[in-house]
Amino acid sequence: MNTDRIAVDIKVPNQTRYLCLIGHIGENIARTLRNYGGDREKLAYDLNLVLTEAMTNAIEHANVGDPAKEIHIEISIVKQKLFIKVFDYGQGFDIKQYFHPGHPLQDHGRGIYLMSRIMDHLDYQPTEYGHVLEMSKNLQ
Amino acid sequence: MNLQIDDKGAAVLLVVNEERLDAHNSGDLKNQMLKLFEEGKNNLVVDLQAVRFVDSSGLGALVSGFKNASSRNGNLKLAGLQLQVKSMFELTRLHRVFEIYTDTSEALASFQQ
Repeated sequence: MNTDRIAVDIKVPNQTRYLCLIGHIGENIARTLRNYGGDREKLAYDLNLVLTEAMTNAIEHANVGDPAKEIHIEISIVKQKLFIKVFDYGQGFDIKQYFHPGHPLQDHGRGIYLMSRIMDHLDYQPTEYGHVLEMSKNLQ
Repeated sequence: MNLQIDDKGAAVLLVVNEERLDAHNSGDLKNQMLKLFEEGKNNLVVDLQAVRFVDSSGLGALVSGFKNASSRNGNLKLAGLQLQVKSMFELTRLHRVFEIYTDTSEALASFQQ
């Protein structure tokens, strides 16, 4: 059986105008996968959302809106499993406190909750120069 | 942001002519709504028919508008949500907060009752 083995490594400026580009890459990966039995359009929306939310967090909270900085994103699919890594230059925070949906009327704080609902695993770890948000999802 | 604003009397209609409502453009929508509130226009209908993608920032802008409208004894109602956009409101339980109408004319008519 043919399985997909995809690796995408992207670097874009730390600016929200590139959210659309990154989101569309996620959508196109979902539409291109060879062996996916689920709702492909739902997966396309979900990957668009996860990448958009992860990148927005990095821009607004970790890289503090500095347009000169760069966002580094790695997307890979190995043995029907999707891995996403988003690298930032931030101080870090306790990601688990945002896994619950919170109050429906809050203005902020839904991004990590949404990512945690879509992905099977979410982790935020320190790196040499900042942090990395690591996520994975089984596509079988 | 490509936003069409039209005063319909009982409410102001805001048509979001964008494919995405995300962290890049949701601030514009929030600011436009604030301007309307400052002018005393507290009943709004936001038409999302053209929008096929909303993220948490987009939801946050609409929630902010809803809270501002409510605090001024007005309301912010939504119309024309695409299926996947509607799912976002359900996932975040916001479908219980907003009055959501199939189309704009229904939403506008609800302000005249």
